[in-house]
Amino acid sequence: MSSQQPTQPLRTSDRLYRALLMAYPAKFRREYGPLMAQAFRDLCRDAYRRRGVPELLKLWVRTLPEVAATAAVERVEILLDSTATAPGVPPPAIEFRGAYKRFQAPNGEIKTILRDLNFKVEPGEFCAVVGPTGCGKSTTLALIAGLESANNGEVLVMGEPVQEVGQKVGYVFQTDAIFPWKSVLDNVAAGPLFRGTPKSEAYTRARDWIRRVGLAGFETYYPHQLSGGMRKRVALAQSFITEPQILLMDEPFSALDVQTRTLMEGELLDLWASTEAAVLFVTHDLEEAIALADRVVVLTAGPATIKGIYKIDLPRPRNISEIRFDPHFAQLYKNIWEDLRDEVMISYERAKRTAS
Amino acid sequence: MNALNELPLKQTDDTSKLHSVELTPALAQAAQEAVKAAALRRRVIINVLRVAFILIILIGWEVFARQGVIDSFFWGQPTGIWEQLQTWVFEGTAQGPLWEQIAVTLEETLLGFLIGASLGIVIGIMLARIRFLGDVFGPFINVANAIPRVVLGPLFIVSMGLGLQSKVMLAVVMVFFAVFYNVFQGVREVDRNLVANARILGASSWQISRHVIFPSAMTWIIASLHISFGLALVGAVVSEFLGSLKGLGLMIATAQGTFNPNGLFAAILILAVVTLIVEGLITRLEKVLLKWRPSTIRDVGL
Repeated sequence: MSSQQPTQPLRTSDRLYRALLMAYPAKFRREYGPLMAQAFRDLCRDAYRRRGVPELLKLWVRTLPEVAATAAVERVEILLDSTATAPGVPPPAIEFRGAYKRFQAPNGEIKTILRDLNFKVEPGEFCAVVGPTGCGKSTTLALIAGLESANNGEVLVMGEPVQEVGQKVGYVFQTDAIFPWKSVLDNVAAGPLFRGTPKSEAYTRARDWIRRVGLAGFETYYPHQLSGGMRKRVALAQSFITEPQILLMDEPFSALDVQTRTLMEGELLDLWASTEAAVLFVTHDLEEAIALADRVVVLTAGPATIKGIYKIDLPRPRNISEIRFDPHFAQLYKNIWEDLRDEVMISYERAKRTAS
Repeated sequence: MNALNELPLKQTDDTSKLHSVELTPALAQAAQEAVKAAALRRRVIINVLRVAFILIILIGWEVFARQGVIDSFFWGQPTGIWEQLQTWVFEGTAQGPLWEQIAVTLEETLLGFLIGASLGIVIGIMLARIRFLGDVFGPFINVANAIPRVVLGPLFIVSMGLGLQSKVMLAVVMVFFAVFYNVFQGVREVDRNLVANARILGASSWQISRHVIFPSAMTWIIASLHISFGLALVGAVVSEFLGSLKGLGLMIATAQGTFNPNGLFAAILILAVVTLIVEGLITRLEKVLLKWRPSTIRDVGL
C-alpha cells in the first residue's frame, strides 16, 4: 500500500499489538471493569513497545490469575506464528471477520441478522453497502460504531476490536438525529464540546464548518426552522467537525427530494475529499452507491452476508449530476443490478408471504 | 365585501371569461384585510358572549337570592361576596390583613412546588437512567403513590406543628409524584437515535443526561408543572384547613365555622385568581424554555 519504509516497524508492532489484544482474556475485563482493562492494556502496550513480547508475557504472568495467564500466553504464541509473516501493511479502517449478529424477536424467536460477514474497508476509501430493505445494513454500521456488539466473530476499527463507542467514528443517521433544542451553532459545536475542547475554540471551528456546508448566516436557527436538506448539512458538519477516521452513513439522503439529494451527494464528495476519512455508506439506491463509492458491497437478503464486491473505477473528481450518463456507469449498474435483483426478489417474496 | 366588488378585476384571457382572474397586489391585500376583519369580528362576538354568560349567572343568582328562591344563608349571594371582599381588602380578615394570608399560602405553595418539582425531576431522571436504582426503589415509589397523599396532612401537622413546615411538606409530597411519573415517562421515551448520536459525538453519561435526556424530557416536565402547581396549592390549602395560624385555607375554615357562605366564595375567588396569575407565569416560562419547538399547536388555546 504505502512505500514509506521507515514508518513500517510501528505499523507492524500495531498489528502485533492488535493480535495480542485479542489474546488478552476477556475475563479480565469482565472481572476488573473497563477502566482497569484500559490501564492494563496501556501497560501491555508499553511493555511490548519497550521490551518486546517476552516482557509482555512476564507482565501477564505477574498480574493475571494463573489460569488466565497461561491461556493467554498460549494464545499469544499461536498468534505470534500467524502474524509473524504479516508485512508492514497499515490495518484496514474497518474489518469484519466472520461477524454474526442475532436478535431476540419479541415472540422469543432468535433472529439472525448478519451471517458470517467478512470484508474490509481501507483507510480513506469510500465504500457503499447496498442490499434489499431490512437485510441488516444498518446493523453493520451499529456494530462498527460500537452501539451493538457482534455475537460471534470480530469487528475491528483501525486494527482494534470495537469494545465501546469509539471516538474515531462519525455517524450520520437516516432520520434527523441533530438535537432539536440546540441552535445550528450549538449542534455543530456539540462534538468538540462533549470531548472537552475549550468553548471559544469549539465555536470557532463550528462556525468554520457551518460555512463549509453552506449554512453561514443560519447559526442561531433551530432545526425546525430549516429545510430537510439544511438539516442534513447540519448533521454532516456535526460529524465532520470531530474529524472522524471513519464516517458511517445510514441512508443519510433517503428522505430528501431528488434534486436536493444530488446536490448533497456532490457536497458530501467535496467534504470527504478534504479529509482522510474512510466512508461506509449504506443505501438501498444502487445509482447513489455507484455514483459515490470506490467499491460497492452487495449484501444478500437477511440474514445478510456478502453477495458480491464491485470495484467502481470511475475517475474522481466526479460530477454527480452527470455521471449517470456515462456509458461505463451504465455497464457497472447493469452488472451489479443482476446480483442485487435476485436478493431484492427474495426479500420481496418473503415479505409477500408474511403479509398474506 | 363591498371593497372587493369595486376593485378592477383584470382579465387575463379573453376566451375564458369565466373565472380566470389575475391576483393583483391590490386584490391580494383586500382579501387579506377581509380575512383579518372576519377574525376580529369573531373575537368580538366571543368576548361579548363570555361577558353575557357570566352576567346572566351573577344576575340570576342575585335575583333568585333576593326573591328567596335560593337561600342566601346557605348559598350566599354575589353582592354579599363583593361586600366580603371589600371588607377583607380594606379592613383585613379575622387573622390579619388579606395580603398576609395570600402571601403565607403562596409562600407555602411555591416552596412546596419548587422542592417537590426539583426532587421529582432529579429522582425521576436518576431512576429512569440508572436501571439498578429503578429496580431497587421502583416498588417503594409505587406503594407510596398508592396512598392518597392528603391523609398524610395530619401526620405532618402532628410531627411538624402548625407552622410553615407541615404545609410545605404536604405540598412537596403532592407535587413530587406528579412530576416524578411524568419525568420518568419522558426519560424512557427519549429518541434513541439522539442518544446514539450524542454517544458517538463523545458525550459522557452525564453529558447525555444534561444535553439529551433533560431537554427532551422537558416537554413532559413542563406539562407536569402545570398540573403540579395546582396540586401544591391543594396541599397547602388542605394542610391549612387541618390546622394553621394564617393563610387562605384558614380563612375558608373560619368562614365554614361561622356559617359565612359569602366568605367561602370570596376565598375561593381569591384562590382562583392567584392560581391563574401563577399559571400565566408558568406558561411564560414554558415559552422561554421550549423556544426550540415549532409553535404549531401551542396557539390553539382553550
